[in-house]
Amino acid sequence: MTVRDAAAGTAGSGGTLSLRNIRRRFGSHLAVDDVSLDVAPGELVALVGASGSGKTTTLRIAAGYEQPDGGSVLVGDKDITRLPPQMRGFGMVFQHYALFPHMSVEQNVAFGLEARGVSRKARLEKARAALTGVGLGGAGGRPVQSLSGGEQQRVAVARALVIGPRALLLDEPLSNLDPVLRQSMRDDLSALLRHANVPALLVTHDQEDAFAIADRVALLSKGRILQNGTPAELYNNPASLDVAKFIGRGALVPCTVSDGRAAVSIGGREISFPVLSDSVGHAGRRPHAILRPEHLELADSGASDAWQGTVLARRFAGSSIVYRIEMEPGIIAEVSGTDDRAQIGTRVGVRPRGTPVPVVAE
Amino acid sequence: MRRSAAGTWLLALPVLVLLLWTVLYPNAAVIVGSFEGGLAHWREFLASPADREALSSTLIISVASVFAALVIGVPLAFLLTRFEFPGRRALRIVATLPAALPPLVGVISFLFLYGESGVVTRAVQDLFGMDEAPWRLTGIWAIVFVHAYTMYVFVFLFVSAGLERFDTSLDEAAAGLGASPRHRLRRVTLPLLIPAIAGSMLLVFMNSLGSFSAPYVFGGGIRVLSTQILASKLNGAMGLAYVETTVLALSAVAALGLFRILQRKQRVVSTGKGSVTRRAISSHGLRIALAIAGAVVVIALILPHLMVILVSFARDGVWTTQILPPEYTLENYRRLATDAQLWRPISNSVLMALIATAANIVVCFVAAYLLVLRRFSGRPLLGLLVALPWAIPATAIALGLAATFNQSDIWTGRVVLVGTFWILPLAYFIRNIPLVATAAESSLRQLDPALEDAARGLGASWWLTMRKVVIPAARPGLIAGGLLAAVTAVGEFVASIVLYTHANRPISIEILAQLRALAFGTAAAYSVLLILLVLAMAIGARTVEEQYA
Repeated sequence: MTVRDAAAGTAGSGGTLSLRNIRRRFGSHLAVDDVSLDVAPGELVALVGASGSGKTTTLRIAAGYEQPDGGSVLVGDKDITRLPPQMRGFGMVFQHYALFPHMSVEQNVAFGLEARGVSRKARLEKARAALTGVGLGGAGGRPVQSLSGGEQQRVAVARALVIGPRALLLDEPLSNLDPVLRQSMRDDLSALLRHANVPALLVTHDQEDAFAIADRVALLSKGRILQNGTPAELYNNPASLDVAKFIGRGALVPCTVSDGRAAVSIGGREISFPVLSDSVGHAGRRPHAILRPEHLELADSGASDAWQGTVLARRFAGSSIVYRIEMEPGIIAEVSGTDDRAQIGTRVGVRPRGTPVPVVAE
Repeated sequence: MRRSAAGTWLLALPVLVLLLWTVLYPNAAVIVGSFEGGLAHWREFLASPADREALSSTLIISVASVFAALVIGVPLAFLLTRFEFPGRRALRIVATLPAALPPLVGVISFLFLYGESGVVTRAVQDLFGMDEAPWRLTGIWAIVFVHAYTMYVFVFLFVSAGLERFDTSLDEAAAGLGASPRHRLRRVTLPLLIPAIAGSMLLVFMNSLGSFSAPYVFGGGIRVLSTQILASKLNGAMGLAYVETTVLALSAVAALGLFRILQRKQRVVSTGKGSVTRRAISSHGLRIALAIAGAVVVIALILPHLMVILVSFARDGVWTTQILPPEYTLENYRRLATDAQLWRPISNSVLMALIATAANIVVCFVAAYLLVLRRFSGRPLLGLLVALPWAIPATAIALGLAATFNQSDIWTGRVVLVGTFWILPLAYFIRNIPLVATAAESSLRQLDPALEDAARGLGASWWLTMRKVVIPAARPGLIAGGLLAAVTAVGEFVASIVLYTHANRPISIEILAQLRALAFGTAAAYSVLLILLVLAMAIGARTVEEQYA
C-alpha cells in the first residue's frame, strides 16, 4: 500500500480501530500487558492512567511508532500491525504539538497533503479551510511560534484532521493548557472529533479531562486495562478497589452488605445506607463503600446518627464549601456543605445523606 | 542593576585601552600602511599574477574544504546519532581525535603517511610494482585533503549536537502525516539543522582561509594569501604584505558578515528538549558492513597519530627508501630532555603559553564580567574588541604586531617588542582572547544577576561579592577556556613563524627546522610531546566542565 492509497481511505471509511492483546516489553519491564480495545468510528475513547502506566506506549503502538512484541492493530478487519506510521493514514496530535517550527501555520497544516502529492494550490486551500474549521481562519501566514498554546493546539488538530485520517490519536492534548483554556478546549475538541466521525483514541493522565469528553474510558495501570466503560460506569460501578481509588474523591471505607444496604462502622458507631443497585454485584470479598462528597453531609458534633471527625481543611467551591474531615486515622472524607459553620480543627459530625452509595470489592 | 557608572568605567577603561592598543591598533596600522604612498601598493597587488593566484587559490581551497568537511561530517554525524551498530561508541570517540592534533603536526603526519616517501604511498607503490609514487601530496587538493581531515570535526560536532537536540516528535509527526523518510529529511530534519550546519561551515571556512601550515608544507608551487604575506615580509616588501594582509582580513570579515546576515533571516529557534532514539540496524549484512566500514574509518582517523608516534622512535637519518623506518630507538626523546638546544623550544613554548594564558584569564574575566553583568555605553565596543581576533586570520594578526611593535614611539603608542621574547606571548594572548572570554561569559550567564545584587544587599562589599559570588561563578569557564587557550598557545605555529627569533623559538618552529634537516624522528618526538600536552589539557578541561556542570 502506498501513501496515496492510505490517503484514499478517507474519513469514516476505515472502520473500527482495534487493539488486540497488545504486549510490549522494555527490558525486564512489561510496559503494555495484554491490552485490547475497540474504538468505533465517531467514538472517542480515553486511555487514562498515571505516568508509567503504559498509556503512551499503547498509543504509540496504535500509531506505528512502536512495534508490539505481541498482539495486533487492526482497522476494520485489516491488520496494520507491521505498517509504518506514514502508511497508516492516522492523524496524531502530540503532547507538545510537534508543530514544525520552520514552517508557517498553513504550511504545517498542508504538510500531510504535501506528502500525499496534492498540488500546492489545492493543499493550501484545504489547509485554510481546516484552519477556519478550528477557528483560526486568518492565522495561516503566521509563524507557529507566534501562536499561544491553545492556538498551537488547534493547529495541531487541524493538521491531523486535514488529511482525512482513518483514525485520530491524541497524546495528552489538554495537559499543556492553562485551566481556563482547558475547560473551553474540552468542549471544542470534543465537538471537532465527533464531527470528524472517525475512531478517536486519546491519552490523558487527568480523569476529569477524560470524563468530560470521552464516550468511553479505559483505565490503565501497570500496563493492564483495569476497566473499560462509560464514565458513569467507572464512577458508579468501579470494577475494583484500584479503579475506585483512581476515580473521584471518595473515602474508601470497609463495610458489610446485606439486603441492598451497607453498614459502615467508624469510631465504634455503625451507620447504614442504601447501596447503589448497579454496584451490588461487586460486593464480594471485603467490600468497601465509596463515600463521595455528594453522599455525605455535616451534622452537629456529637449527633447520634453521625460519625465524628475533625476538620482538616476547607475549600470554597462556589455553590458549596468542601470540607476535608478526618474521621479516623487514615479515613479522610470530603463533605460538601452549604454553610460555613465548621472551622478548621473543630469536631463535627458526618452522616450519609441517604442517597445510594457505590460499593466495590477488593 | 544600578551601580555607579564611574566604578564601571574605572574597571572598563584599562581593559578597553589594552584591547584597543593590542587588538585594534595593529590591524588599523596594517590597513593604514597599505595606503602608504597612495594606491601604489594596491596597484602592485592587483598587477601581480602571484597575488591574484594566491587570492583565488585561497578562496578555492576554503570553499572546497567546506564541502569536503560537509561530505564527511554530516553523514558521520547522522550515522553516529541516529543508528546503533557494533563499534558505534569507539567510532564516536575516535571521530573527534583529529581535533587533538595541532595543525602543524597533522600536516607532518600526512607527510609521513601520504607524502612522496610516505608509508601509505610506498606501500601502494610496492604493492603494484610502480616505478614512481602513485600520487604527489602537493597542490590545492593535498591541502584540501588535510583540511578535510582536521576540520570535518567541526561539522561533525555541530551537526551531532543539533541532532541530539532535535525533537524526535517532529520527525514522528511528519511520518504520521504520511511523509516518506526522504521527504522528512528534506523538509523537516535538514531545514532544522541549518543553523548547526551553517555555523560549522563558517568555522571551516574561516580556518581554511587563514590556514598556513598545510599550504606552507605542501604548497609546492601553490601560493595562498597567508604564505604570500610571509614571503612578502621576508622579501622586505612590507607595503605589499600590508595589502595582502588587509585583503585576507577583509575576506574573513566579509564571510563572517555574510553569515550573520543569513543567520538573521533564519527565524527558526532550536526545538528544545531532544530525545534521541537510535535505531538499531537490524539487517545482519548491513551491521557487518557498517562494523567493517567503521573499523576502516577508525584506522584512517588514528593513523596520523600512530604514524607520528612510530616515527618518533625512528633513528634519525636512516629512514630512506624503506616503507617503514628500519631502526627504532629512544634516543630522540632522550635528546629532547638532555640537549639544552633541543630542550629550549619546549621550555619556551610552555613558558610563553603560561604567560599568555595568565593574561587571558585576567583580562577576559574582567571583560566577561563587564559584558554580562554591567550595562554601560562602552559595552558594544568591548564586545567587538573581544570578538575581533576570532575573525582575523592569525597571519594577519601577526603581521599587524610586526608592523606596530617594531619601533619605540611614545606618541603613537609604539614599543619595541619585535625581536624580543614578549612578542610571541602577546600574539598568543591576542589570538586566545575570544576563546577565553566566550567561556567565561557563558559561565557568568548562568549566574542569576540578582545574586550579585542580593549579596550586595546583604551588606557584602564589592570585593567580597566579587570573591564569593562572581569569581566562583566564572571559574569553570575560566579554567576550561584557559586550558584550551594554553593548548592552542603551546602548539601555535602561524603567528610564531612571522614573529619568532632564535632565542624564543617555540616547539612548532623547531619541528619545522628538524624536518628541514631531515631529522624526522626528532620532529616526530616533538610532535608526540605536543599531542600529549594537548590531550592532557583537553582532558583537564573536560573534567572541569563535568565537575561544574
